[in-house]
Amino acid sequence: MKYMDEFRRPAPAAAMVEAIKTLSAGRRGRLAGREIGIMEICGTHTHSISRYGIRAAMPQNIRLISGPGCPVCVTSQPDIDRLIHFVRREKKAIVATFGDMLRVPGSFSSLERERAEGAEIRVVYSPLDCLDIAAANPSKEVMFYSVGFETTAPTVAATIVEARRKGVKNLSVLSLHKLTPPAMRALVDAGDINIDGFIAPGHVTAVIGARAYGFLSEEYGLPCVVAGFEPLDALAGLWMLVKQLSEARRDIEIQYKRVVTWEGNRKAQAVLNDVFTEADAMWRGIGVIPGSGLKIREGFAAFDAEKRFDIGYDGCVVEEAHGCACGKVLKGLITPPECPLFQKACRPDAPQGPCMVSSEGTCAAYYRYERV
Amino acid sequence: MEDRILLAHGSGGKLSHSLIEEVFVKSFDDALLARMDDQAVFLSPGAMLAFTTDSYVISPIFFPGGDIGKLAVCGTVNDLAVGGALPVYMSASFIIEEGAPLDDIRRIAGSMAKTARECGVRIVTGDTKVVERGKGDTVFINTSGIGVVRDGVELSPSFIRPGDAIIISGTVGDHGMAILTKRGGLEIPVESDCAPLHILAADILSTGAGVKAMRDPTRGGLATVLNEFADTADCSMHIVETLIPVRDEVRGACEILGFDPLYLANEGKLVLVAERQGTDEILAAMRKNPLGRNAAIIGYAAEGPKKKVILTTAMGNRRIVEKLSGEQLPRIC
Repeated sequence: MKYMDEFRRPAPAAAMVEAIKTLSAGRRGRLAGREIGIMEICGTHTHSISRYGIRAAMPQNIRLISGPGCPVCVTSQPDIDRLIHFVRREKKAIVATFGDMLRVPGSFSSLERERAEGAEIRVVYSPLDCLDIAAANPSKEVMFYSVGFETTAPTVAATIVEARRKGVKNLSVLSLHKLTPPAMRALVDAGDINIDGFIAPGHVTAVIGARAYGFLSEEYGLPCVVAGFEPLDALAGLWMLVKQLSEARRDIEIQYKRVVTWEGNRKAQAVLNDVFTEADAMWRGIGVIPGSGLKIREGFAAFDAEKRFDIGYDGCVVEEAHGCACGKVLKGLITPPECPLFQKACRPDAPQGPCMVSSEGTCAAYYRYERV
Repeated sequence: MEDRILLAHGSGGKLSHSLIEEVFVKSFDDALLARMDDQAVFLSPGAMLAFTTDSYVISPIFFPGGDIGKLAVCGTVNDLAVGGALPVYMSASFIIEEGAPLDDIRRIAGSMAKTARECGVRIVTGDTKVVERGKGDTVFINTSGIGVVRDGVELSPSFIRPGDAIIISGTVGDHGMAILTKRGGLEIPVESDCAPLHILAADILSTGAGVKAMRDPTRGGLATVLNEFADTADCSMHIVETLIPVRDEVRGACEILGFDPLYLANEGKLVLVAERQGTDEILAAMRKNPLGRNAAIIGYAAEGPKKKVILTTAMGNRRIVEKLSGEQLPRIC
C-alpha cells in the first residue's frame, strides 16, 4: 500500500539499525562506552517504537525514553475531577470529548462510570461534530472537553470561530490544551533524567514548524530531529540524531520532510492565535509548567466554559491513585515495567492510570507490544 | 396495511396477524411455518444434532454487503457449520421498535428468506414483539438453528497440538470495517463479507484431513478466536502478519482510525486448525470454493508460551496478541 509499505520494509530497517549500531559502538568513536538517552516526546512515536520492535533493536548503550506526549495521559487528575463534579451538577448538559478520555480514572470516578449513571457524554472524532450536537439540542448546554497538543488545537479554534459566525449560543469549550516546546524545556530544566537529544513529533511540528525547537540547540546544546511515525521514519530520525551526537553537532534537523517545514502551517497558526493565548497549564505527574497551555481569548469568552460555568478545582485531588506511577512514567523517570502495578493490578481492561488507558499511552504501548 | 410498525402490531390482535402472515409467513414460505402452530413438529433429521442461538442488534440495519436479516441467517448457519453441521431448521424472532418502517421489515424478511433458501435451511417457527419507540433500535432479531452433524466429525480446540497449522479462509476485518465506515460516514469502499459458510465447512471436512477445530471469527475478530484456541488447548498460537490476508482498503482505514484488523469482526470467514500433513488438501478444497479463494496458512500452534497468541510482525519483531479489552466498536452484529 502506498505511503505505508515502503516505510515498513524490513531490509532497509535492518540496514538502518546496523548503521546506528556502527555509529554508537565504533571503538574509537565519540560515543563508545557512553550511555545515550534519547527522548521521544510524542505518544505516536512511543507506539511505533514499541509496535515495530525498535526499542529492542537498539544497541545496548542507546536508551529510548518516552516523554509526556499523550494528550489524554497528561491531563491532570484535578482536571478530570472537576469535569465529573460538573456533569453531576449540570444534569442537562452534554459533554463531548475524545474516546480515550472516557476511561481515565479521576480520584473518585471516570466519565465512563458517570455515563452509566446517566450523564450525557458523547464521543466525537472531531470537535466540529460539536456544532451538530449543539444544533440538534438547542435547549441543552454542550461543552467540549478539549485536550490535545498543537495538532488538535487549530481544529478546536476553527470550531469556535465557526460557532461565533453561526451565532451558536449553547456551545462552550473547556480548554486543557498543552504545548510541546515548553514541556521539553521543563523536562531538561528539571534535570532528573539524562537526555542527550530529542526526537520531536512530526505532526505537532507540521503545525508549529521546526524552528520552534531552536532553543534546544541554542540554550541547552541539545540536538533534535523531527521524525515521522512509520518505522523507517523513526529509525531514520534516530540515525540522524545518533550521527549528530557522534559528530558532536547539536542541530535541529527534519527527517519528516514530506510533511514538516521550518515555518509550519501558517493558516493553522493564525486561527490558533486568533482564538487562544498562552497560559500556564497543569500536567499530570509534572505539575504546572509556565506558558505550556492555551486559554481562550477575551474576544471569544462566550465560548469559554471556564467563564460560562462554575467549574473550579474545589474538591479535586492532585495525588495519584494509590501506587500508580503514571507521573514518573510521563517524566521518563521509569519505564512501565518498573511500576509495581504494571500488568498486575493495571491492565488495559482494568487501567489504574491514564498511560494504560490511552492507545497512545506509554504503558499501553509496552503492554501491547513489548511483553514477549 | 400501515406503512409503519404500531404498538398494535405486537398486541396479538388483527394487526399482529396481518404482519405475521403478510410479511413473515409470506416471505419465509414454509409449510411448517404456515400451519401457524405454537411450535414446529418434525422428525429428528439425524442422529447427532447441533443446536445454536444468537441475537442480532446491529446498527445500521442495512450496510454495504448485507443487512440484519441476511446476517441473522448466516450467523446461525455459520455457528452450526463450524461445528461440522449442515443447517436444517431455524427459528426467527423479531423485536421491532414502534415506528419502524414496514418496508424495512419487509426487505429484511425478504433477505432472510433468500439467504435461508440458498442455505437449504427452513424457517419453521418464529415470534414477533413490538416495543415502544426509543426502547429498541428499529429491529432486533434472534435466530436459533438445528443442524445435522456430519458422521464421525468431532471438533474441539482441545484437540489442537503443537505443530498444527492455522488456516484462515480469506481477508480479515471486512465486516467490521464496513460497519464502522458506514456508521462514521466515511467513504471507503469496503463491503461486509457476510456469507453462509456451510458449504465451505463441508468442503473442508470432506477432505478427511485431520481438522481439529473450526470457528467463525465474528465479534472480537481473529485475535479473539486464536486466544480462545490457545486457552483451551493450553498451547500457543504463532501467527505471521505478512501471511494474514487483509484488503488494502481495510488496512488503510485501520491506519487512519487506529484499529487493528485482527480485532475486527468477520461474518463470512472461517479459521481452522488442522494437522500439518493435511493442509495441502484442505487448502486445495477451500480454494475451489469462492468463499475460500484467498485461504492461507497464517501460522502454527506451538508448545509455548502457554495460552498466548504471538504475532511476528512485518518488521520481524514479535508481540503478544491480547484478547480484545473493553468497548472498541459500536454494535456490529
